[in-house]
Amino acid sequence: MENNKENKEATLRQVKMHYCPGCGHTIAHRIVADVIDELGIREKTIGSAPVGCAVLLYDYFNCDIIECPHGRIPAVATGIKRTNPDKIIFVYGGDGDLLSIGMAETIHAANRGENFTVIFINNAIYGMTGGQMAPTTLIGQKTITTQDGRDADTTGMPIRICEMLATLGKPAYIERVAVNDAQNIARAKSAIKKAFKNQIEGKGFSFVEVLSMCPTNWKLSIKDACRFVNNEMAGYFPLGKFRDID
Amino acid sequence: MTEKILMKGNEAMSAAAVKAGCKFYAGYPITPQNEVTQYLSRELPKVGSVFIQAESELAAINMVFGASSTGARAMTSSSSPGISLKQEGISYIAAAELPCVIVNVMRGGPGLGNIMGSQGDYFQATKGGGHGDYRLIVLAPSSVQETYNLTIMAFDLADKYRNPVMILTDGVLAQMAEAIELKEPPSHHNLPRKDWALTGCKGRKPNVIKTLHLYPADALEKVNIMLDRKYKKIEDELQKCEKINCDDADIVVIAYGLPSRIGKSAIKKARLDGIKAGLLRPITLWPFPKKEIQEISKKCKKFLVVEMSNGQMIEDVKLALYENGNEIDISFLGRGGGWYPKPEEVLNKIKEVIGNGKQ
Repeated sequence: MENNKENKEATLRQVKMHYCPGCGHTIAHRIVADVIDELGIREKTIGSAPVGCAVLLYDYFNCDIIECPHGRIPAVATGIKRTNPDKIIFVYGGDGDLLSIGMAETIHAANRGENFTVIFINNAIYGMTGGQMAPTTLIGQKTITTQDGRDADTTGMPIRICEMLATLGKPAYIERVAVNDAQNIARAKSAIKKAFKNQIEGKGFSFVEVLSMCPTNWKLSIKDACRFVNNEMAGYFPLGKFRDID
Repeated sequence: MTEKILMKGNEAMSAAAVKAGCKFYAGYPITPQNEVTQYLSRELPKVGSVFIQAESELAAINMVFGASSTGARAMTSSSSPGISLKQEGISYIAAAELPCVIVNVMRGGPGLGNIMGSQGDYFQATKGGGHGDYRLIVLAPSSVQETYNLTIMAFDLADKYRNPVMILTDGVLAQMAEAIELKEPPSHHNLPRKDWALTGCKGRKPNVIKTLHLYPADALEKVNIMLDRKYKKIEDELQKCEKINCDDADIVVIAYGLPSRIGKSAIKKARLDGIKAGLLRPITLWPFPKKEIQEISKKCKKFLVVEMSNGQMIEDVKLALYENGNEIDISFLGRGGGWYPKPEEVLNKIKEVIGNGKQ
């Protein structure tokens, strides 16, 4: 709105998004932006964008943003936060970015207890490149590189990152949420808000895994994709808190 | 005169970083540059700056990418295999036009190679080791004092041109100790303001640092044209070299870094033997000081390139000298793998080259 003052601008820009219908990114974007608005931190927030479907984060978020090399977001964010401890830094990345090519950066940022907020979107597939197997693809799940379904004998098991990070001493907060229905969205929002609040209060590394839909590459209807999160994903990736120092 | 202190090359560049106001350093252990992390892990926190021992070279260069994006002076260092790992990040930093300083203490290669001094990474440094059309400003010191001076200059050049600057040195220069003055850096008041930095968007429109340019279709082409314009400006403004006894020379040795010191001894001995030998020592490897080399070639028609590699810089010498279709005799002495020339070897080669051609 034109008469809004600069500091009252909303974090989420009122523009058409490029995401496919039913994509979980749109919901996750909305939650992150709303939390930034509610905490009144837009003008001191620096977001770090991934490579993948959310690479255009800066088209949607009305705050300073850096687009990072694939997998390196937690390292880039470390450089930003350490030189600017008074700013609010969020990492937004997917399963290929944070768990495959960037697994080392994710684990070490967590292990150092970097005081920033990570929003990890787990949709069990590489979306932007056309639906390849991700580190979180479920056993038996068909992708264009596991056309008969993911086989644990040749590709290993899906990685449960929250459980792995919870073995480390330094993370302050680790929770897994989902954005497939209204109730889960409400829980996701309160988790993400806590992850930002922790940073403001200097509590340290806060990590929220978001189980998210990719109807296009899952080749499911939007409704069935939302059901897949509950029926298939949440079975292997249980929702809930894995670490909370409070 | 300021007091002189004994320092290794690695310590000199670290001391220079602190003096230059480096706010952030990230690096990963690798020989022969380990004194850098040892020094900076101790000294940077004392002045309120950040040292991080990163989990990998990939992480280190990307931490520098992040720190630099906020306007902080940032540096990383490594040695040859580690610099290869940093190339992806270097390409992004160059593409995003962010300033930073990258030190490569070259060791023998290819592969894991060895830990001796070498100059095998000249191509990687000057031609763009990562993907895409980009350039690094590359500075080559030949003494511990110059390592200090050029590191301070590197931070200013990086800020001035919004471009990564590489200090290209080697395991010998980095490990040897010489007495140096820790001169105060020049004031920074002439450097451009960093209004592009990510500092939170209070009171302004959000800043975005990105290297993806998909739309419109010619967006990336325009970025490349703009970068090319900047690189041409740097080529025009920044070529630096040292010349010794070149004015009347019948033969000029061209060498940078360690071999230039050995070359200096060799041309002195050659003069004693009645051979008019000179030396040109490139200080900027990119931009390559071709204007000076072309100027010298108006009188001198014999050149001897000496490198601790199988011959990399010699290609730039040829490009500079053959540009005008000149008939120039360009000879080479060198090999990779940790070899370095002895003054007598250079002298013998000078005599061989002088003896070969028309007098």
